[in-house]
Amino acid sequence: MKGLFLSLSMLLLGAVVALAQADRSKGRNAGDSRFDYAELSKAPEKARARQNPLAGDETAVAGGRNLFERHCAECHGLSGEGGKKGPSLVVPEVQDATPGTVFWVLTNGVVRRGMPVWSKLPEAQRWQLVSYLKTLKIETPTAAAK
Amino acid sequence: MVTYDHYLEEPGSLEVAYFSTLGTQRAGHDFHAGWLELEYGVKAWWTTELYLDGQTTFHDSTVFTGFRWENRFRLLQREHFINPVLYIEYEQISEADKIIKEVEGHDIEADHAVPNAEARQGHNHELELKLLLSKNFKGWNVAVNPLATKPLLPSAPWEFGYAAGVSRPLALKASAQKCNFCRENFSAGVEMYGGLGDRISPGLHETSHYLAPAVAWNLPSGWSFRVSPGFGLNDNSHQLLMRWGVSREFSGFGETISKMFRGRQ
Repeated sequence: MKGLFLSLSMLLLGAVVALAQADRSKGRNAGDSRFDYAELSKAPEKARARQNPLAGDETAVAGGRNLFERHCAECHGLSGEGGKKGPSLVVPEVQDATPGTVFWVLTNGVVRRGMPVWSKLPEAQRWQLVSYLKTLKIETPTAAAK
Repeated sequence: MVTYDHYLEEPGSLEVAYFSTLGTQRAGHDFHAGWLELEYGVKAWWTTELYLDGQTTFHDSTVFTGFRWENRFRLLQREHFINPVLYIEYEQISEADKIIKEVEGHDIEADHAVPNAEARQGHNHELELKLLLSKNFKGWNVAVNPLATKPLLPSAPWEFGYAAGVSRPLALKASAQKCNFCRENFSAGVEMYGGLGDRISPGLHETSHYLAPAVAWNLPSGWSFRVSPGFGLNDNSHQLLMRWGVSREFSGFGETISKMFRGRQ
């Protein structure tokens, strides 16, 4: 039993150190070059061309906002302005991308850079998120300074 | 509750969960096995998890039965037709362990009829490997988990098992209002799991199998509740394994710990 507790303590200590090290590299901001939006350009043509089946549906936008607050705001900020862990979504790169492109990135994530795949949300909910994201206003430098 | 899909914990998030299994036992006493689960998303492609197991056997005693350390690695960067995740677990548990989180080899109900004082003298050090295969289709998730376990003794053979399940949210679209009782917060499914013998004696003889419907309620606040009654499908199985659990996700846990370490530099 003594050996068991010793092993357990070592395991816990190792885990805490490992997770601290893993997160040490995360002190970055939205201006960091790690947020280069390159993933958007990797969407296949067929995915880019997809239309949002919920376009124009106001309830879809409201539902999308709830989903955004629940799943996305922690990294991307409550208004999509970006944070330490996730890039701004109120930039031309995202706002000018086709709905299909945004849907593709949501579905596949950017796993190497820390964004999980969101295909665990049903397709309708991912389109709701796209609907909401497309209502966000592009942040101008003046507005950002305020 | 037993079958895994291919989704991992979000990076930097910690999920703390308590789960339990209430099992009926013929030729012995019924039991209540509980475990504490700490799940952390190290990366978007790597989740690590620690389990602390214990059990109470009615008219016998309550014992701590050991720990498990589980790691899940996403093998492909993007979504594909089928999405594989590699699961590697090390477990150091006593033979009194009854959480029955997976069924493997020739695990049968009679294994759990041994009194705790005797069972806890035996220890298992095992390495468990699973391939988690999962796919989402029209709101349904279909997952299959073949598993292989190797007790860390040269003479002990590899043991095999499986788990498979389907599940679906009760609504596919999110409500416009914030709510706890909206249908999209609930999901329901059914799973089947059991043993497939070992390398020396593969097959279905002397194995146990279960069929278990499951319901989950995922609240926007990060709390989740799950219930799943598992029904034994043959004479070697427990007649009922009633599972339930509660969990809470803490977003940004890794960042908080990181700040603590940085603050002391």
